[in-house]
Amino acid sequence: MSNIPGKRKGLGLFLLGIFCLVSVAAAAYAGDPTGAETLKKAPGSPVDYVWVLLCAFLVMFMQPGFALVEAGFCRAKNAINLMMKNLMDFVVGSLAFFAVGYALMMGKDWHTVIGISGWFLHGDSYDVHTYLIWIFQVVFAATAATIVSGAVAERIKFPVYLFYSAIISAFIYPVYGHWVWGGGWLSKLPLGVGALDFAGSGIVHAMGGFIGLAGAMALGPRIGKYDEKGRVKPLVGHNIPMAALGVFILWFGWFGFNPGSTLSAHELRISVIAVNTNLAAAAGALAALIFIKLKLGNWDLGMTLNGALAGLVGITAPCAWVEAWAAVLIGLIAGVLACLNVLLLDKLQIDDPVGAVSVHGINGIWGLISVGLFADGTYGNYTTKAPFVTGLFYGGGAGQLIAQLISAAVCIAWAFIMGWITFRIAKVLFSGIRVSPEEEAEGLDYGEHGANAYPDFIVSSYMQR
Amino acid sequence: MKKIEAIIKPFKLDDVKEALMGIGIQGLTVSEVKGFGRQRGHKEVFRGAEYQIDFVPKVKIEIVIDSSALGQALALIGEKAKTGSIGDGKIFVSSVEQAVRIRTGESGKDAL
Repeated sequence: MSNIPGKRKGLGLFLLGIFCLVSVAAAAYAGDPTGAETLKKAPGSPVDYVWVLLCAFLVMFMQPGFALVEAGFCRAKNAINLMMKNLMDFVVGSLAFFAVGYALMMGKDWHTVIGISGWFLHGDSYDVHTYLIWIFQVVFAATAATIVSGAVAERIKFPVYLFYSAIISAFIYPVYGHWVWGGGWLSKLPLGVGALDFAGSGIVHAMGGFIGLAGAMALGPRIGKYDEKGRVKPLVGHNIPMAALGVFILWFGWFGFNPGSTLSAHELRISVIAVNTNLAAAAGALAALIFIKLKLGNWDLGMTLNGALAGLVGITAPCAWVEAWAAVLIGLIAGVLACLNVLLLDKLQIDDPVGAVSVHGINGIWGLISVGLFADGTYGNYTTKAPFVTGLFYGGGAGQLIAQLISAAVCIAWAFIMGWITFRIAKVLFSGIRVSPEEEAEGLDYGEHGANAYPDFIVSSYMQR
Repeated sequence: MKKIEAIIKPFKLDDVKEALMGIGIQGLTVSEVKGFGRQRGHKEVFRGAEYQIDFVPKVKIEIVIDSSALGQALALIGEKAKTGSIGDGKIFVSSVEQAVRIRTGESGKDAL
């Protein structure tokens, strides 16, 4: 159950936030809060606004997708806890990104390290365009946070979850995000056109995946996942149709995630991006299906679902810069990478209940690298104008690839180290990050929330340790 | 021959089963049941309102064994199903008159 010292500290932070909000609320505006001037200057902007907002709403709909995947792949006794976590990372993430995350990420650049304007969307930020970018960015920030919840499922204390969700959305995610998307140093590398990540393979998915890896390692495996000899004992998910529906919803949401990242409907490249996104997902699912059939002899739905997500994660960085055949290849490789990594993590006895590290971490990195290999030189840096992005296989030399490799290494290091530190701090603040073994056995639904997701049934999965 | 009926916490089933197999118990029957003892259920929460769960999910294990193995089996179940907190369950023992293995027609101890 939650402990009192942690709660008090949380309340203190909350009051401090309110105080900051009130103390800055009286300043003047220099933005365009009505949109009238923006419309006069760019009469074509309404279609862009509608496009970006629509895509932001689609990406928001990925939150229930993640919630269903995670709850479905975990046991019935933790279903409320997983739904609660997926709800709360969007709640906490929205407020934390509003307060400081957005400013750190997209604010006025300070020595290519962080952004330093737009705190609380205040002052000049009271502007239709800034608000447009904010809503699009916040759904991405919350996606990074929600990926982590899969890796730490079924054993983390609920207050710890709230704590680290806030840290991710307020600090860890925005800082690396600034380095690539906010005009930071990675985007200014003198290699290729600088480090690129079209819709966030690295910024969102690898970030979430490697923070999740830190969390899974800090927590240790769930009771009963590995026996004394280190053999895997699957803790079977309680509702596979639920997980499958979640993956369909995520696939659908990705049509906002990738094409929306043009931030403009005037970039007709959106059709190319949509096709690439779809093909990579299909290829990833097929690769995983065949891989697991050859290995286990069954047509395994769970792994195929993860393969589709792996393809989607892999294509997220290169989606605007490659042609269809490359999207298929990127997806195929992503599907296999996800399967191999699931096996590797089990060998290392790192318990990642829904495959967050394998799907998002590893393939986020693969997505970054694939830009440097397959970018075909037909599209620029979010524009149809030169300089065009060209990878190794299209005669662009190794420049872009090296920029991508640097960005990938930085992403892994930043995500893992900051994640590790966050969980260390949480260990002290909340006197341990993991629920008691008794509570873990009984289920977090009853232990943390005093409730039962399926009260009308006797559910066999309560029998699993 | 004796029949043991043990009502235990669901997540203890694996431990108990492993232990019983360890002493050569050849088979057991498990049912998902609900009930209460002196524990009298527990409180749960639904949309902010507390309510009483009178019947808590439990697992019932039934095994029929030779009388000579009874003491050992009882001790094992007692040890493996115990958490020390309220709601650990109960064990009931009764005598069994006859047992028949349907396939072969063997009866008595041979049918166990």
